[in-house]
Amino acid sequence: MLKIQDLHAAVAGKAILKGLSLEVPKGEVHAIMGPNGAGKSTLSYVLTGREGYEVPQGSAVLDGEDLLALEPNARAARGVFLSFQYPLEIPGVPALTFIRTALNAQRKARGEPEVTAPQFLKLVREKSAALKIDFEMLKRGLNVGFSGGEKKRMEILQMAVLEPRLLILDETDSGLDIDALRIVSEGVNAMRSPERSMLVITHYQRLLDYIKPDRVHVLSAGRIVASGGPELALELEREGYDRYARAA
Amino acid sequence: MNLATAIQARDADALPGRRDEDWRWTDIRGLIRTVPEPSAPLAPAAAGAGPFAGLATHTVLIGNGHGEAAIEIADDQVVALDVVSQGDGSHAASVWINVPAGANATLLESYRGQGSYLAHTALSIRLGEGARLERIVLADEDAEGVAVSQAEVDLAAKSEFVQTTLAGGARRQRLETRVRHPGGHAQLRLDGVYLLAGKRHADLTTAVTHAAVDGLTDQLTKGVVRDQARGVFQGRIVVAEGADHTEAKMGHHALILSDKAEVDAKPELEIYADDVSCAHGNTVGALDEEALFYIRQRGVPEAEARALLTTAFVGEVIERIAHEGAREIAREWAAERLKG
Repeated sequence: MLKIQDLHAAVAGKAILKGLSLEVPKGEVHAIMGPNGAGKSTLSYVLTGREGYEVPQGSAVLDGEDLLALEPNARAARGVFLSFQYPLEIPGVPALTFIRTALNAQRKARGEPEVTAPQFLKLVREKSAALKIDFEMLKRGLNVGFSGGEKKRMEILQMAVLEPRLLILDETDSGLDIDALRIVSEGVNAMRSPERSMLVITHYQRLLDYIKPDRVHVLSAGRIVASGGPELALELEREGYDRYARAA
Repeated sequence: MNLATAIQARDADALPGRRDEDWRWTDIRGLIRTVPEPSAPLAPAAAGAGPFAGLATHTVLIGNGHGEAAIEIADDQVVALDVVSQGDGSHAASVWINVPAGANATLLESYRGQGSYLAHTALSIRLGEGARLERIVLADEDAEGVAVSQAEVDLAAKSEFVQTTLAGGARRQRLETRVRHPGGHAQLRLDGVYLLAGKRHADLTTAVTHAAVDGLTDQLTKGVVRDQARGVFQGRIVVAEGADHTEAKMGHHALILSDKAEVDAKPELEIYADDVSCAHGNTVGALDEEALFYIRQRGVPEAEARALLTTAFVGEVIERIAHEGAREIAREWAAERLKG
């Protein structure tokens, strides 16, 4: 389970997170909703260890282990996966090579044997078919020339192969048409498991029609200002964030 | 300002230096006060095997300036030209290479050395009508060596010359290629990669003169420099009056991985003809930090992530090598230099 306590974070001296506390038990899907500038992306970057974010106070612990003390790759090896709002293009590195390099690096860090080429290809063929990804596309440079929908499906494919314990989806619905949204959501729902926690970060309620959360939290001005069941998302959709902006 | 003459006459004042426009970033004269004694001859057994030894049908050794001076490369032949420098002396060599009309050949050229030598190699390469030559140059000099290789390439009509130069640098290293392009459907690909660390210096200089209609030049050079290394790229394409319908493309892109590393680039296109299609692009920058974070977030340690990005960066050039065995050696050479 993920346990965040009194988390503060700043970028270039400007405070963004101001005492955020949150618990996501194993097997649950929690949504974080909030207006632009509330600190949603900052939360995902602080949890994954991106440079440039100072954390003067607070903690983030995954299954008893202090995440903030670890390098980004060490966090990934312990099961933290971020689906990027804007996945990067990596020219010259075929998607297949990239995913295999990542998988074997994680396995090595955990003291597990590397996957063999046939095992890996079998695994990727299976997972990419489920996401309706053309296998030929995986031989091209990662995300180079891919549409927004294809990039998001590539994120979900990586997630399915790497099998993380904590899955963070940062605005996964942005830039998706309704068909792509359905495929991506099915991919995410297939990952739901009693062993896995998910944090779904979104501005709009739409994504939550497809990925049903157990809990919804409202993030405003760097703090969780309200928490509730799925009905909270619908209320936000109807009434907007104004009320919570004032509460913050 | 002729290096071969300066070495033969042991005249340090005749060395090229910063006052020569073409040598302002590779100042040999300012570096060498006295031209060293002539190098002792090098026994072939002492030279050992070059990097392309297993790939060639015929091997030519130039040891400390001595060796076979005229090479005819017949159709289907793969010739390894292995230029070896040992010791602290100076030496110069001249090599003539002829590819007869219609022949399709490969030249695998290597430079290697041990010591603080001053070495010059002059090559004169001639392609007959309709001939094709792929030239791969792998230059791995000693960090203390000063080495200059200058090739003059003459293309006949309908011939094709493709070249990839792989430079690891030296105290000073310059690999220069001058091509006279007759047009008339002759084709030219002129690629380069420089991977420099420590205090190494590499200079890739090219000059292409398009003399007549319908010529094609495609040029791509990429470099990665770290520590206090310095990379130099000078590329000039001249499209002479009357060389209409010339197509020329030049790209130079470099990554600088430390504050003290340096890259100097001078791409030049001089066009005196009509109806030509010429373009050039030049970029020098740092590794993309966002991409680096993305790769690390997937579990790849930082050093490995950097190596993945830099290898992919130069891979674009290396993958253009047609000779499969040489391409594999180039890949290994790059991987070794770029590993974390």
